[in-house]
Amino acid sequence: MKALQASALALMAATGFAQAGSHASELTIAIVNNGHMINMQKVAEAYTAETGVKLKWVSLEEGVLREQVTSDTATGGGQYDVINIGMQEAPIWGAAGWIEPLEFGAEYDMDDILPAIRAGLSHEGTMYAAPFYGESSMVMYRKDLTDAAGVSVADNDSWDNIKAAAAAMHDPDNGVYGACLRGKPGWGDNMAFITTMVNSFGGAWFDADFKPTIDSDEWRAAINFYVDLLGNYGPPGSEGNSFNEILALYNEGKCGMWIDATIAASFLEVDGVAYAQSPNAGNPVGANWLWAWAMAVPTGTANTDEAKAFIEWATSKEYVQAVANHPDFGWGSVPTGQRASTYMFDEFKAVASFAGAEMAAIESAAPEATDLKPYVGVQFAAIPEFPQVGSAVAQEMAAALSGAKSVDEALAASQAAADAIMSEAGYY
Amino acid sequence: MAIVAQESRLSRVLWPILAWTIAIIFFFPIFWLVFTSFKTDADAVKPEHLIFFTPTLENYINMTENYDYWRFAINSVITSVFATLFALIVGVPCAYAMAFNPTRATKDILMWMLSTKMLPAAAVLYPMTFLTKNFLGIYDTHFLVIVVLCLINLPIVIWMLFTYFKEIPKEIIEAGKMDGVSTWGEIKDILIPLAWGGVASTALLCFIFCWNEAYWTVRLTTTEAATLSKLIEGNRAPEGLFFGRLSAVSAAAVGPIVVLGWFCQKQLVQGLTFGAVK
Repeated sequence: MKALQASALALMAATGFAQAGSHASELTIAIVNNGHMINMQKVAEAYTAETGVKLKWVSLEEGVLREQVTSDTATGGGQYDVINIGMQEAPIWGAAGWIEPLEFGAEYDMDDILPAIRAGLSHEGTMYAAPFYGESSMVMYRKDLTDAAGVSVADNDSWDNIKAAAAAMHDPDNGVYGACLRGKPGWGDNMAFITTMVNSFGGAWFDADFKPTIDSDEWRAAINFYVDLLGNYGPPGSEGNSFNEILALYNEGKCGMWIDATIAASFLEVDGVAYAQSPNAGNPVGANWLWAWAMAVPTGTANTDEAKAFIEWATSKEYVQAVANHPDFGWGSVPTGQRASTYMFDEFKAVASFAGAEMAAIESAAPEATDLKPYVGVQFAAIPEFPQVGSAVAQEMAAALSGAKSVDEALAASQAAADAIMSEAGYY
Repeated sequence: MAIVAQESRLSRVLWPILAWTIAIIFFFPIFWLVFTSFKTDADAVKPEHLIFFTPTLENYINMTENYDYWRFAINSVITSVFATLFALIVGVPCAYAMAFNPTRATKDILMWMLSTKMLPAAAVLYPMTFLTKNFLGIYDTHFLVIVVLCLINLPIVIWMLFTYFKEIPKEIIEAGKMDGVSTWGEIKDILIPLAWGGVASTALLCFIFCWNEAYWTVRLTTTEAATLSKLIEGNRAPEGLFFGRLSAVSAAAVGPIVVLGWFCQKQLVQGLTFGAVK
């Protein structure tokens, strides 16, 4: 018995049964795992030194982060003081009251934040998440190959011209494929690109009553074009390719062009890359996607003021300078796509040849609801059901691309799946 | 006679080939994981660098410099060791009672314990989070992880120990009783030495299960008690899977348990085959 008691006491002592409650000089920050966020952990050492606020970082996979934040919110919050969220969640969670509205001092210069990004992170004019970095999409093409083939790619080119350029560069015998595009199923994978393509053909996910419109002529035209373009001029096995896979192919010199996130430009290692604004089929609205990773304060935290103060610093102009001047980083590592002022620095422009194209792409993105689409978001719809709808449709699009289903069959199945989800959710 | 000898020669060749084939199939994922961990993220997805590449330690350096590997590893050791210890402290007397003093309800109790493994973990996520965070205040503590891991594995521990203890003749325990040995003495001086192989293999398996548990260790921790499962989970990037980096983290997470299993394989095999041949 004594042995049991001793063991229990030892366990309590060794493991710290009751942890000291969190206090204002300590913040727990949940982040997704990408380069800018990981760098922030080092840069923020200066913030701790200056303010005395200790920062505890938790790196989580995107899906797990969402799940943890929602379960934390449902149980009263308090687990995290600052959370990383994307543009899909920010307006929804803001409207639901799960995250705090953000207002900062004059020095923060709210007007410096790119308007499209700010709009995408707001609900009814109030910003609920501050952008840490943002991105749009653009064409990244090999100018040496287009020149050699005697073709050109223009800003907001027509899809027909894009296909002609891809066909001209396509040389599979020498390992060069005309167009590399996302094909891997996932609402953030193939559907991110496909949605911009559908938008440019004049289509949308839902009508004004939030009924899915995937069986529309616009969708049919866009998906037929996508399957034709990627099937004839893309690399084999495109249904398994997403950002990472295409990046590797591109850096091996195997892609004539790639239409994807602007952030990809900073990872390209081949010479002769040129940039152009995303193509469209007559409707330029929604051809450029828009995404931002942002920082928000969950309503349950006991350290709201300290959390807001940290976000104010981490998304400020001062932070951009701190990264640029950090001995481990420099101007090539600063987060982009959030502030106009970043693009004014000559040092930044010197290391980022894509800067102009990236800013133009972000500025032309239009996330607000329009007559064409009743929802916020470009390559997604900012409604809670979208990940489920997008994932179901993504599988069908991959099936169409691989040839397992015809485009019509895939669209019909997508429409049925989306209809069932939206109907069950009570939209109609 | 000649046919028997031929069959014997054939089986001497065939069985080792079969055994090696199965062993290679089982070992290959671990080998490939370690192999990939020495590739850059770019090399990891390039078909031409499938076999031949320039090995690098950058993934391991990144893991220790940017992700505080040792903090997660120490948490895994603490939670797995204590959870295993407590599972045995509870499981041994429990299995002893059921094996040597069974009642009419013993079988039902055993089945009920096993049935708790059939409950989907997600079904109790909300109450677990609510109770541990808001009511008990033990969210993200080693104590909570130890208790949860112990409880998750207790049914298996009791079942395994029960099976081993049943193989020990009841008369030996009764002889101890006749000599005036206390219940604790029976367990400590008679039962455990006799069933040592079974107890050791149960402990090892319990430790492995605790080490590998990923659902609760990810969801009931933030920073203080986060284990290696959470480190792996956190290395999945929004841009997709960076296989080089992920392989290094996974190799470093499963490495200790593979080494432990390698050194203890004699006890594991002995325990797992205990009573298999009568």
